[in-house]
Amino acid sequence: MVSGHSNVRGAWRTQDRSWIGWRFVGPFMAVFALVFLAPIAYSIYLSLFRTRLIGGTVFVGAGNYLDVLRDPQFWSAFTRVAVFLVVQVPIMLFLALLIALAIDSGRLYGSAFFRIAVFLPYAVPAVVATLMWGFMYGTRFGLIGNINQALGVSLPDPLSPGLILASIGNIVTWEYVGYNMLILYSALRVVSPSLYEAAALDGAGQLRIIWAIKLPALRGALSIATIFSIIGSFQLFNEPSILKALAPNSITTYFTPNLYAYSLSFAGQRFDYSATVAIVMGVITMVIAYLVQLRGTRKAV
Amino acid sequence: MTMTRRRALLLGAALTLSLTAAACGSSGDAGSGTAASSTVSDADLQKALDTGGTLTVWAWEPTLKDVVAGFQAKYPKVKVNLVNAGTGNDQYTALQNAIKAGSGVPDVAQVEYYALPQFALAKSVADLNAFGAGKLNGTFTPGPWNAVHVGESVYGLPMDSGPMALFYNKDVFDKYGLTVPATWDEYVAAAEKLHKADPKAYIANDTGDAGFTTSMIWQAGGKPYTVAGTDVGVNFGDDGTRKFTATWQKLIDGKLLAPVTSWSDAWYKGLGDGSIATLVIGAWMPANLESGVKTGSGKWRVAPMPQWEAGGKATAENGGSSLAIPEAGANKALAYAFVKYANVDEGVKTRVDGGAFPATTAQLQDTAFQNKEFPYFGGQKVNEVLAQSAAQVVTGWSYLPFQVYANSVFNDTVGKAYTSATTLQDGLKAWQDASVKYGQEQGFTIK
Repeated sequence: MVSGHSNVRGAWRTQDRSWIGWRFVGPFMAVFALVFLAPIAYSIYLSLFRTRLIGGTVFVGAGNYLDVLRDPQFWSAFTRVAVFLVVQVPIMLFLALLIALAIDSGRLYGSAFFRIAVFLPYAVPAVVATLMWGFMYGTRFGLIGNINQALGVSLPDPLSPGLILASIGNIVTWEYVGYNMLILYSALRVVSPSLYEAAALDGAGQLRIIWAIKLPALRGALSIATIFSIIGSFQLFNEPSILKALAPNSITTYFTPNLYAYSLSFAGQRFDYSATVAIVMGVITMVIAYLVQLRGTRKAV
Repeated sequence: MTMTRRRALLLGAALTLSLTAAACGSSGDAGSGTAASSTVSDADLQKALDTGGTLTVWAWEPTLKDVVAGFQAKYPKVKVNLVNAGTGNDQYTALQNAIKAGSGVPDVAQVEYYALPQFALAKSVADLNAFGAGKLNGTFTPGPWNAVHVGESVYGLPMDSGPMALFYNKDVFDKYGLTVPATWDEYVAAAEKLHKADPKAYIANDTGDAGFTTSMIWQAGGKPYTVAGTDVGVNFGDDGTRKFTATWQKLIDGKLLAPVTSWSDAWYKGLGDGSIATLVIGAWMPANLESGVKTGSGKWRVAPMPQWEAGGKATAENGGSSLAIPEAGANKALAYAFVKYANVDEGVKTRVDGGAFPATTAQLQDTAFQNKEFPYFGGQKVNEVLAQSAAQVVTGWSYLPFQVYANSVFNDTVGKAYTSATTLQDGLKAWQDASVKYGQEQGFTIK
C-alpha cells in the first residue's frame, strides 16, 4: 500500500499538523468548555429535574418545559419585552442613524465633541444610569417633581404602571444611541470618497447621496446593530431590577423573562424552573436573531 | 450625587431585607416548651467551652462583633470567625447552598423569624431542646419565643425583637393641632386632618409592604396562615384581616398615604422634613432614625400602637431574628454555648449597649434600660413604651414555611391595590392564590 516515501511523510505531517493545532487551541477549548459549555450543560441538566421543599428532587423530563410554555407569567414577560423590542429598537436605531448621518455629513461644527457626547452615556454603567434616571423620574423630589413645582403643572408619573415601560425605553435609548451611532458611523467612514465625488459630478444632492449610497452601505451594520438590540431587549434586566426598588408596584417579579428567572431562583428557590425559563428564552432569542441575520445578509448580497 | 444615592439605595435594600420583612413563625402552641429530651447537659456545654475549638458564625447584625470579642475574652480557647455572608435573603441562599453541598456550613447562622420555619421544615437547623433550650421558657418575651418554635421544637434562640409602636413627628402634630391617635379610627381622622391642612403632608407612607401588612393583620387578630407540619392553610378572608383592610382602604382611597417606598431616599427625606408624620414599625427603629434621619432629631416621639378597640392592648411583632445552629455543624454543643452567651447571658447586655432591642424579659424589665432617655426623642424614655409593647404581642400568629417567597410576590398582587382600582381585600386574595399555588408546587398539602 505504501506507494512512496513522500506520501507517508505527507500523511504524517498532516496528522502532526492537526495535533499541533489542537495543542494551540487546547487552552482555549478547556476554558471554553469550562466557562461556556459546562454552565449550559448544567442548566439543561437542572431543567430536567424538579426540587420541592416537600418530597425532594425528582426527574421530570420535559415537565418544566411544558410548564414554562403554559406559564402566563412567562408569556406576559415575553410579550412585554417583545413590545419593548418593536417600539424601542426602531426609535433608537433611527436616532442613531440620524446622528451618524449628521456627523458624517461633515457639516457640523465640533462634530468630534458631538460624537463623544452622544457616545458618553454608553460609558456610564447601566446601574448608575438607571439610578440617575430613577432620581429624575421622581414626582416628589426628582426632576419631574421640580418641574411640577416650578411650573405648577402635574406631569404624569413616569414610574406608574402605565408608563414604566416607556420610561425604561427612554433610559435604554439614552444609554445605547451612542453605541449604535458609533457602529453606523464607522460603517459610513469606510465608504470610498470617490463614490461621493462621482455622485456629486452626476449632480446628486445630499438626500440622494444618503438614499443611494450611504443607506445601502449601512445595511450590514444596521443588521448587526439590530441583532445586538434584539438580544439586549430580550435580556432586559438591570433597568427594571433597579427601578423596582423605587416603583415596587409597577415592576412585577415577572416583568421581563430575565427578572422572572432571577426571582424564581433567588426568592423562590426554584433553580430548576428558573434554568428552564432561561433556556427557553435563550432559544427564542437565538431563533429570532438568526432570522434577522438571515434576512439582513440576503438583502446585502 | 449618583454615588451617594446609589449607596443609599443599596443600603436601603439591605435594610429592607434585614428589617422590614416581619418576624415570627410558629405553629402557635409554643410556650409549653419543657425540655423534653435534653441530651446535652450544662456540664457538657461547660466542658465544650473549656476544651475550646473554632466556630464560624454567619450574621449581619452589627453588635455581634462586640459579643464575639467578649466571648473570646471569657473563653480564650474558643476562636469565633464572624462572617457576613450577606443580609437576609442573600445569606439564606448561601446557607441553603452550603447545606445542600454539605460543606462550608457555618456553626451558627442568623435567621430572621419569618424565614426560620423554612429551615426548620427541611431539618436544616438543629432542634435546640437537645441542649436544654426548653428550660429557657420565660426568658424571652412571648412573640420571639413563639417565633422560634415549630411545634414543641425550638430551632433558634431569639436575638432581637420588633414589637410595634407608633413613632410620630411631634412638631407636625403640634403645628396642625393633632392629638396622638389611640385607635385606628382616630389615626384615619388624623390622616384626613393633616392632609387637608397641608396637601404635601401625609400621616404615613405605604406602597405595599408584606412585613407591615402581615404585622397589621396580626395585631387586628387575623390568623391568615395555619401551619401544621406540611399542612398549610392560607385565608385572608378572616375578620382580623377584614378589620385591617377596611381601615387601610380608607387611607388608600383618600390618597392619604405618601406614595413613597420605605428605605428609599425620598422616605428618609420625608421623615426628616415632616411630610411623613408617623411610622408604625418595630422597636428596632430608634437606632435607624438616629443614623438615617439626622434632621429629625428632637422632633420624634414614640407612643403605643393605635388600637382596633378603644382601650385595647394588642400589638404585633415586626421583624427580628434568631441565631440558629445548622444540623450539619461540627461542634453543636460549642455552637449552642455561644448562642446562649450571645442571646441569654452576658452578650445581651453588650448588644443592648450597642443599640439593639433585646428579646429577653430580664433586659426589657431592667430599670436602667427602661429609664434610658433618648436625646433624639426629646429625652423621652422610649424603651418604656417599646418594652410595654413587647409584653402585649397577640399570640397565635404563624408565618408560612415559605414566607420568603410569598413576601417576594406581595407587590405583584397586593401592590395593585396601591396603583389601580383593585381593592386591598382583592389584592390579598390574589396574594393568597399565588401563595397557595407555590405551596402546592412545593409539595405542601393545602387546606
